[in-house]
Amino acid sequence: MTATTVDAAGPDARAAQRTVSTATWKAAVGLGVVLVLYALLLLLAPHEGSARFALSTSTDFVVLSTIVVPAMATAWVCGAVGLLVLGYAVVRTRAGRRVPTWAIAVFAVALLVGFLAWAAAGSPRDLSVVGLLGGAVGLSVPLVYGALGGVVGERAGVVNIAIEGQLLAGAFVAAIVGSITNSPWAGLVAAVVASALVALVLGAFTITYKVNQVIVGVVLNVLVIGLTSFFYSELLVPNAETLNSTTRFERLPIPLLESIPVIGPVLFNQTIVVYLMYIAVPAVWYALFRTRWGLQVRAVGEHPKAADTVGIDVVKARYRAVLIGGAVVGLGGAFYTVVSINQFGREMTAGAGFIALAAVIFGKWDPLRAALAGLLFGFATNLQNVLSVVGSPVPSQFMLMLPYLVTLLAVAGLVGRSRAPAASGTPYTKE
Amino acid sequence: MRLELRGITKRFGALVANDHIDLVVAPGEIHCLLGENGAGKSTLMNVLYGLYQADEGQILLDDEVRTFDGPGDAMAAGIGMVHQHFMLVPVFTVAENVMLGHESTRAGGVLDLDSARDRVTEIAGRFGFHVDPDAVVEDLPVGVQQRVEIIKALSRDADVLVFDEPTAVLTPQETDELMAIMRQLRDEGAAIVFITHKLREVRAVADRITVVRHGKVVGEASPTATDGELASLMVGRAVQLTVRKDAPRPTESELVVSDLRVTGADGQVLVDDVSFTVRGGEVLAVAGVQGNGQTELTEALVGLQGSVSGSVRLDGKELVGRSVRRILQSGVGFVPEDRSEDGLVGEFTIAENLVLDRTDGPPFVRRGALQLATRDEFAREKVAEYDVRTQGIETRVGRLSGGNQQKVVLARELSRELRLLVAAQPTRGVDVGSIEFIHKRIVETRDTGIPVVVVSTELDEAVALADRIMVMYRGRVVGIVPATTPRDVLGLMMAGVPPEEASGTDPENEGDVA
Repeated sequence: MTATTVDAAGPDARAAQRTVSTATWKAAVGLGVVLVLYALLLLLAPHEGSARFALSTSTDFVVLSTIVVPAMATAWVCGAVGLLVLGYAVVRTRAGRRVPTWAIAVFAVALLVGFLAWAAAGSPRDLSVVGLLGGAVGLSVPLVYGALGGVVGERAGVVNIAIEGQLLAGAFVAAIVGSITNSPWAGLVAAVVASALVALVLGAFTITYKVNQVIVGVVLNVLVIGLTSFFYSELLVPNAETLNSTTRFERLPIPLLESIPVIGPVLFNQTIVVYLMYIAVPAVWYALFRTRWGLQVRAVGEHPKAADTVGIDVVKARYRAVLIGGAVVGLGGAFYTVVSINQFGREMTAGAGFIALAAVIFGKWDPLRAALAGLLFGFATNLQNVLSVVGSPVPSQFMLMLPYLVTLLAVAGLVGRSRAPAASGTPYTKE
Repeated sequence: MRLELRGITKRFGALVANDHIDLVVAPGEIHCLLGENGAGKSTLMNVLYGLYQADEGQILLDDEVRTFDGPGDAMAAGIGMVHQHFMLVPVFTVAENVMLGHESTRAGGVLDLDSARDRVTEIAGRFGFHVDPDAVVEDLPVGVQQRVEIIKALSRDADVLVFDEPTAVLTPQETDELMAIMRQLRDEGAAIVFITHKLREVRAVADRITVVRHGKVVGEASPTATDGELASLMVGRAVQLTVRKDAPRPTESELVVSDLRVTGADGQVLVDDVSFTVRGGEVLAVAGVQGNGQTELTEALVGLQGSVSGSVRLDGKELVGRSVRRILQSGVGFVPEDRSEDGLVGEFTIAENLVLDRTDGPPFVRRGALQLATRDEFAREKVAEYDVRTQGIETRVGRLSGGNQQKVVLARELSRELRLLVAAQPTRGVDVGSIEFIHKRIVETRDTGIPVVVVSTELDEAVALADRIMVMYRGRVVGIVPATTPRDVLGLMMAGVPPEEASGTDPENEGDVA
């Protein structure tokens, strides 16, 4: 018999569903408000003098001269660039189209440079651009690893609020094992194991016992904070020499790459944990989107029942993803005690896990974007450090708020419409 | 491959969903499993597919006893299933969905998408249709999504294919095409189980018919049996299949909808400048495949949609822009599409649900206090009047069957002084006995002289109730036609073909079921 021939487009092609523009003024208004605040800052607190941006240190392979610019003039020029972008945003929105991300990025960079010029004006010290960016990469390490782990878990349908706890557990165990063995490598491995153990508890409660994922995550955070604080004061403080004094990873400059001006010292004069991060980000992306494992992980996170009906063991797939995610977060935890400094401190992660969680959302559950978001938040943190070194006129309490403010603005304002994995947060129950 | 089910019994607590069911499906045959919603058809197939474990009984494939611990086992044994609710990951492409669970990989666990694409194209080609392997499933029309489900089953070399209520989401034309595919599969030697409650389809395609009622096989029927015979076998008593109604007697009352537009959050125009008029004493049935704006249209009429422009005038009074409460107070009765989600509070009792919309004053509330005696008296009266089968008015509504739940909704909405009734999918998931009752009530409401709007995706229901039929497609009105319009014309209209063009087509192009 002859089967009926039907094109996938079929008869519906004759009347495609109409859509109308939903471009909102949110972006344009946001840019406008920031620009007004910026202008007010310049008008009310002018800062005469010149700003000095150092692009390299005297030990670098290629020594670049320090850039000296008149502060107020630079700040106003940058403001003008911001105004141009604002105008572009208004035109776009009028035409019913979205303001592109690159425009917002240009706006942000312009105002940032202007702000730095204003803040560094008249300071006796140079503002080290390398220090600013390199430090940002360093500080973003736990955020990026945390976000990667979070992405893997959520893609499989398990919301990981416990990133904070996993980071802290990793840092704590890395400190003890690293101190006892005198090997940062042992500390790193121990951190991975510790964080995966926290993930195992998360998995047991959320996957097997189907407890609300947010509640388990929050409780785990509190539990880990309590445990580590207790053992810190009872065990680590009295035995600081033997149990809480690690050998750190050395910086490992990569030959040739390290000599590239600005980028070299920023990216390629780091520790092994940072280089691992450069590999981990694309590796996680590749694993999620190009491998069998990734396809199954995403399937159980989007439509677990469909995965079940094609013979995928949903429970097993979720456990595996949560444990792998936990292990990745552990690498970030180790950063605190075997890279950044050489000892554990009470609640030393200071909310990084929650910022990593924000990076997961800001990054739209995509490893590459989430890593970029982590970098952004790391940059905001380091900006605050650098400005206090330069001696900026902004009160330090305000500067301390900066990373969190950036997080809030980013997630609330810029993230746009994003869609979480459909089954994220929902336990899977066979009927 | 020959499939045999022997004495399958499945219990859920005290409920026996399948009671010693026997079923034999031979290769090269379409075996129809006919039964009402809740008769246990889907449970039986889920047992076969390894999703449930049977409490008693055996599954035999080619006379060999098999046990399936999960769908993976069933699939490996050659059983494929086209699920009622598609088991497709919406954000995956066609090829990804087809390969999921039995992915072929290249070195290093890398997905071999090319071979999956080829497989999709090859299988689709066998049936003479085309599906883009790289299209994202959620962007495809439901009819095409269903083909992806079929391709998915066939890509695992299934010899036994189960179609679980496959036509619920299809236009009549798509249904015909599906049946052509089923016949082709049968002719190639597959054993096909076709689960449905639609008599028309059974007679069109079945080689053998097994009727299931209350979890038991109640008999076999021949495909030549009449609708009436099949229906009474299915329900267990003689059933009135047609709706008896007199010619409409128009009154002065009228509902005038003009240029109504509903916009979704993402800018999709869900209801696109819809205009129509319904006179008092007339039923306008809104037909169309599910998801073409009917839901949003009814919700806009009662003020449940956010972004609405245009005008809805009931007896001259504008309703757009009013709050839901004021719209209800102006005499609009609303039977929502999803009664468990929007129509009832499952944890509340029948009595509480019956007065949900009456808590703003006497007689059920005085000085802020509920008048329980008045309420209970009212509830007992309504339960009797609407024949709600229950142990008492204190029963939680969530425990009632679909038909009885719907009667509670109807009782509540119709017991107010109405000037307009809007009923969306009034008989979805309702047993045949209750359908009769609900249809009768809707016609009676029409005969009180108010306008009635009924939305139904079941063309039979729309035709049976309507005085005029409005067909919607992609948010637009394709046309408003008399209820006597032939089914095939309506079917084409449901696919977006304007009525003039639809009625002009050569009838030989139409399917054999129409």
